[in-house]
Amino acid sequence: MEILLFGITKNIVGASTFTVPASKKSELGIADVASLKGYLKETFPGLCDISSLAVAVNNQYASDHTSINETDEIALIPPVSGG
Amino acid sequence: MERIIQITESIDCSTIYEELAHPDSGGICVFIGTVRQQTNNEEVTSLFFESYESMALSEIEKIIDEAAQKWKLNKVIVKHAVGSKKPTEPVVVVGASSAHRDACFEACRFLIDTLKQKVPIWKKEFFKNKSVWVSAHP
Repeated sequence: MEILLFGITKNIVGASTFTVPASKKSELGIADVASLKGYLKETFPGLCDISSLAVAVNNQYASDHTSINETDEIALIPPVSGG
Repeated sequence: MERIIQITESIDCSTIYEELAHPDSGGICVFIGTVRQQTNNEEVTSLFFESYESMALSEIEKIIDEAAQKWKLNKVIVKHAVGSKKPTEPVVVVGASSAHRDACFEACRFLIDTLKQKVPIWKKEFFKNKSVWVSAHP
């Protein structure tokens, strides 16, 4: 499962995408936004220090309960600052 | 209602009037956001903008839909720049035209305020000796 990264999250992870290993996904039961965020914050503690962290699933802001599948386009959305 | 939406390397402000002029409109209101050369008394050398383009376009569509429900608008434009921008350069343009001025003034304010809250675009400020993603940390 590939995660798109933008802004500060790209700096924290050190790349513009991050692939969740299939083994981790099944081992940890990553099936919704909350479990994905938990795994990513544990793997990249710097994500805990930012003001907010949203997740987009298929170009829409997703709630913690939103389920995620292998074919979804998933992105981390740190605090936006356009304008 | 007609709409023009762009995420672009370079904003051309000279076309805004033609883009918003409409025979049923008696007024056009435009907000242009530009690069300010100082933040908290520190000199800003440039701003860098990055977008999640597909989602940014879809969020802008939603904001315009919402504006069109609140006010009777004839035309709306929303443009945002990406890439590196120097002081005084335009980075965002929102505009609306309507029969009377109240609707386009109010819509314009709503468009820029909501864009800043919701659209996935990120700004990095470059100073002489450092750079910072705006709003990233508390």
